[in-house]
Amino acid sequence: MTARTAKMVEGAESRISSQPTADDLEKGSSLWSDAWHRLKRNRLAMISLFIFFGIVLFCVIGPFFSPHDAQEQDLLKGALGPSAQHWFGTDTLGRDLMVRTMEGGRISLLVGLVATLVALAIGVIYGATAGYLGGRVDAVMMRIVDTLYALPFTIFVILLMVAFGRSLWLIFVAIGAVEWLSMARIVRAGVIGLKKQEFVEAAVSLGYSHSRIIVRHLIPNVLGPVIVIATLTVPAVMLLEAFLSFLGLGVQPPNASWGVLINEGQQNMDIYPWLLILPAFFFALTLFTLNFLGDGLRDALDPKSSKD
Amino acid sequence: MALLDVRSLTTSFHLRSGIVRAAQSIDLSLERGETLGIVGESGSGKSVTCYSIMGLIPQPPGRIESGEVHFDGQDLLKLSDEEMRQIRGNKISMIFQDPMTSLNPYLRISTQLTEAIRVHGDVDEKEALNRAITALEEVGIPDAPKRVQSYPHEFSGGMRQRVMIAMALINDPDLLIADEPTTALDVTVQARVLDIIKDRQERLGTAVILVTHDLGVVAGTCDRVQVMYAGQVVESGDTDQIFYDPKHAYTRSLQKAIPSLKAKDEVLYTIAGTPPDLSKSVAGCAFYPRCPFPKVKEPEGPVPELVELPDGHCLRECGYCDRSQPIEEVLAQDVEEDVQ
Repeated sequence: MTARTAKMVEGAESRISSQPTADDLEKGSSLWSDAWHRLKRNRLAMISLFIFFGIVLFCVIGPFFSPHDAQEQDLLKGALGPSAQHWFGTDTLGRDLMVRTMEGGRISLLVGLVATLVALAIGVIYGATAGYLGGRVDAVMMRIVDTLYALPFTIFVILLMVAFGRSLWLIFVAIGAVEWLSMARIVRAGVIGLKKQEFVEAAVSLGYSHSRIIVRHLIPNVLGPVIVIATLTVPAVMLLEAFLSFLGLGVQPPNASWGVLINEGQQNMDIYPWLLILPAFFFALTLFTLNFLGDGLRDALDPKSSKD
Repeated sequence: MALLDVRSLTTSFHLRSGIVRAAQSIDLSLERGETLGIVGESGSGKSVTCYSIMGLIPQPPGRIESGEVHFDGQDLLKLSDEEMRQIRGNKISMIFQDPMTSLNPYLRISTQLTEAIRVHGDVDEKEALNRAITALEEVGIPDAPKRVQSYPHEFSGGMRQRVMIAMALINDPDLLIADEPTTALDVTVQARVLDIIKDRQERLGTAVILVTHDLGVVAGTCDRVQVMYAGQVVESGDTDQIFYDPKHAYTRSLQKAIPSLKAKDEVLYTIAGTPPDLSKSVAGCAFYPRCPFPKVKEPEGPVPELVELPDGHCLRECGYCDRSQPIEEVLAQDVEEDVQ
């Protein structure tokens, strides 16, 4: 057997093994479990998923195992290269870069997830309501979205900073306030398409209330594209946070985020390149994996749109 | 008193291009346990009539201009949204045309059936599930206790339509409106679905409005028939009256257009032309331009009233055409003229 046929056989087997078993058939396979089967076959997305979870674990539980503290300074050990004691080296103030990368990752991931969840919650409910009610209500609601879209983001954030002072929560609010807009548009478009379908009419004819129809019957049906967008929103949000932190508008030292670390790193990148390279590597890797995962999810949740 | 009594119901759609009068002063009444067939071409206002009764007309652009819909002593058009919601799915249910899209693809059949029960009654999850299984058994879904956990895409079209019927009938409604329930199904499944509706009707005394464009279905299932054309009822009566003694030119043309198993070589008769544009007002008789009978005079003035004949047969008698001859002879003459 040539290598190629062996590979084909292996591919066929993996396809068979990912078919639902008799037990699944009896229980009924939901469109979600079908999508999960498809996602499992996408190697790039699965590798990305594992790496992403690896990074999350590294950042979340890593600091507990480290002998160093993210804020502990030792100017005598300022800016040492990677060594057995400090695997990622130290920064100019002698702080252990590995712990700082982990702590920075915590903040970056937290901002990414929380802001995305905020955007998701507001955007889905707002968009579904506008799309379902339609008519004048829809027009007014979507014009509000258009107006908010037109606000220049950086100026908006600076204004918020001036008004409320700097805090991590403000970053959640600022980013969430911007990201829910596109979510609302996508959900609204999906709901408008769905509401003409007979199962929505059937739900009305069974005497269900508007809120029940929106929450139980419409939102689950647009969740596929929403999950894809949410997965792609997380890296976008993290990028925004890094951008704000890089400008000095975001997370404030001595707290770290990947954006802060990259900013600190680039100040001395000629002399201490690891200060830039290591945080930037983790940041880039996270963005890559999330984007690949988002692509994989899109193919899995909407098989019609995939290329093959 | 009749279970459902609709008086001069007029529904129109206010579009940018004009006002479409989709249903014009419709009268209909229905006793408990009775089946009324509404037949007519696409766009004749059959579905709009049903949607108006159910309160499912999207407003705007739709508007119920006038009329009364008395159901069980209440005027449905005067009820609030909340009161109407209590009636829909509980006292009046509806089955739709396309079984492929009438069930929510993301929810198990069990979830959808129990939801329909629990919205209208204080029933716990377990009892609701038992009722759901019984309902599926009644519509002939094999292995119902297991199949109830399936998702809609695991069912065939005919089975999904049966699930829809089970769902519509799950709260034992007094009135079932079936909007072309068999159009999307193949013939063997059609018969099965109609049998199920009939069976439930006999046992529970449900009144049924059956909307269809298939006269064969009407003949087999309905007690009375209403023929609609261009948003108006043109003729109504007992099924026998409509089938053996059709009077209106449209009803007679429609009957002529039923394919026959006996006449092998005959070309199937089709009514020439298309239904009129309902956004334009019609003088005299809406069917006049397509009428195959010899024309007597040009139509003018308002459309004549629906008149009840002594035997209960109702007819919109226009008098613009000569219907003394059977339609076969009229058509034969047309062919001769064409040859000459």
